[in-house]
Amino acid sequence: MKIAVLVKYIPNPEGTPEMGSDFRLKREGVEAALDPGDEHGVEAALQLAGADGEVTYVTMGPEPAAAAIRRALSMGGHKGVHVKDDALKGADALVTAKALAAALKRDQYDLVITGVESTDGYTGTLPMTVAELLGIPSATFARKLEAKDGGISIERQTAGGYDSVECSLPALVTVTAGANEPRYPTLKGIMAAKQKPMDTLSVSDLGLSAEDATPTQEVMGIEPVPAKEAGEILEAGDDTAARVVEFLRSAKVI
Amino acid sequence: MSGIWVYAEVSSDGKVESGALENLTKARDLGSEVSAVALGPGASQAAAQLGGYGATTLYASDDAVYSDFVAQPAAHALAELAGQHQPELILFSATYDSRDIAGRLSGKLGATLMANATDLLGPDYAQTQIFGGTQIVDVTLSGPDPKLVITRPKSFEPSPSGGGAATVVQVDVAVPDEAKTCRRVERHEQAASGPKLEAAKVVVAGGRGLQDASNFKLLEELARAIPGAAVGASRAIVDSGWVPYALQVGQTGKTVSPEVYIAVGISGATQHLVGMKNSKRIIAVNKDKDAPIFQYADLGIVGDALKVIPQIIEAINATKG
Repeated sequence: MKIAVLVKYIPNPEGTPEMGSDFRLKREGVEAALDPGDEHGVEAALQLAGADGEVTYVTMGPEPAAAAIRRALSMGGHKGVHVKDDALKGADALVTAKALAAALKRDQYDLVITGVESTDGYTGTLPMTVAELLGIPSATFARKLEAKDGGISIERQTAGGYDSVECSLPALVTVTAGANEPRYPTLKGIMAAKQKPMDTLSVSDLGLSAEDATPTQEVMGIEPVPAKEAGEILEAGDDTAARVVEFLRSAKVI
Repeated sequence: MSGIWVYAEVSSDGKVESGALENLTKARDLGSEVSAVALGPGASQAAAQLGGYGATTLYASDDAVYSDFVAQPAAHALAELAGQHQPELILFSATYDSRDIAGRLSGKLGATLMANATDLLGPDYAQTQIFGGTQIVDVTLSGPDPKLVITRPKSFEPSPSGGGAATVVQVDVAVPDEAKTCRRVERHEQAASGPKLEAAKVVVAGGRGLQDASNFKLLEELARAIPGAAVGASRAIVDSGWVPYALQVGQTGKTVSPEVYIAVGISGATQHLVGMKNSKRIIAVNKDKDAPIFQYADLGIVGDALKVIPQIIEAINATKG
């Protein structure tokens, strides 16, 4: 099976995010990593592709974003596609979806796999917009997925359980963190990743117009939420339980 | 261009999902004519409830095609309807199906889509919160109408308008075969026990700090000791398979605002905070005194949950005499 995985390079999810004066998340010169949610997409693709399959990673972002592809390639897979253009700085979800869909259209994939949402922006709608632009179905929130009868079969997470969903190919699937346990890159994998091919594409390579690359959302301002008054912090000790009971009583829940 | 639409998810017996009622309440505030759209079995039965929260018109279809196939038929119908009636804004709630439909509709119409909105100041002016709800961001929306906005759960208090049933306009859209490629074959509901997490007065939630799946039973015991308490969990321990997804609180899980939220061994990642920070009171128990959760706690206890929680259970039970 020929599979594309959308990956994203994000500021270190364990760190404190920073906002630039242009109201954009700082993405350059900060410690960053492959979005942990994407590792599950990579793992799902490597499992489904099979021995004769091919896995391509696609990302969009400034120069450092290529590291997300390298990291994914060190887990396995074959090549990368990096959409990089200054005209895409400040892209919103729709612009990003148009650019990624245009990059995906340059090849014929049986399956496009993504995480459910990014850990930095968590919009959670980009995969479905990409699927619509590609004219393929979207099977989302997969906690389990398998190839079946020439299509793809998933367990789609729901509020109260899950739905069994079956989809013809080509299709896009979003996978949850519950879908698998991502493999760790081996040293051999890390070395091999450096030799794997990576294409870099600009807005004009993708045939996008200036209008396509123009964001439809603009941040007008950012202000802090009024800080909450500092609470009471205790070291655990003999009187801790009594204090909790008193607190619960004053809240009238016991 | 005029009018604000609310996409309403409706169960097969005609009951409206709460996010749609919250959005209708907000849509009324924006002062424009408000309509609702509901697609799938039960849709037209929702006219009274949707009207009671401010929808004057309900575009409805009871056709099973909208529930049998995921997202595509509904996105197709909404695109057709929007073309006919030209609303300026469509509001969605943050459910699984609505997110899928809104995402596809954005691609279909080339219309902007903003997710995680926490307030709307006008049809093209919204707010969201970032960094665990510590910063408010003002965003203007441009491009072709309709603007598409997904609101975060519980951003608005639903309040009836006192209006009568909405006038039902039957949706007459032919769904093409290419929109029927992703079929919902079967639904599986997991039986829930105890009070519903979203409605519980007290939520006792656990995270990685519990160290082992078997220790989660301590939280269940604590929840049993407090009347009307439910258990919840961080994404970390749901991902690790310690507890079912239905217990997850946070960005990709439930949003809760109980009287008291007790976070045990939860460090307070952004994606967890957005699901619980509106709780009236927060108690946090964590070994790490620098854990972000303490910045939100009214009462913070720095210590080992495995020692502290049994003491608390004992003390609560002792009060019952």
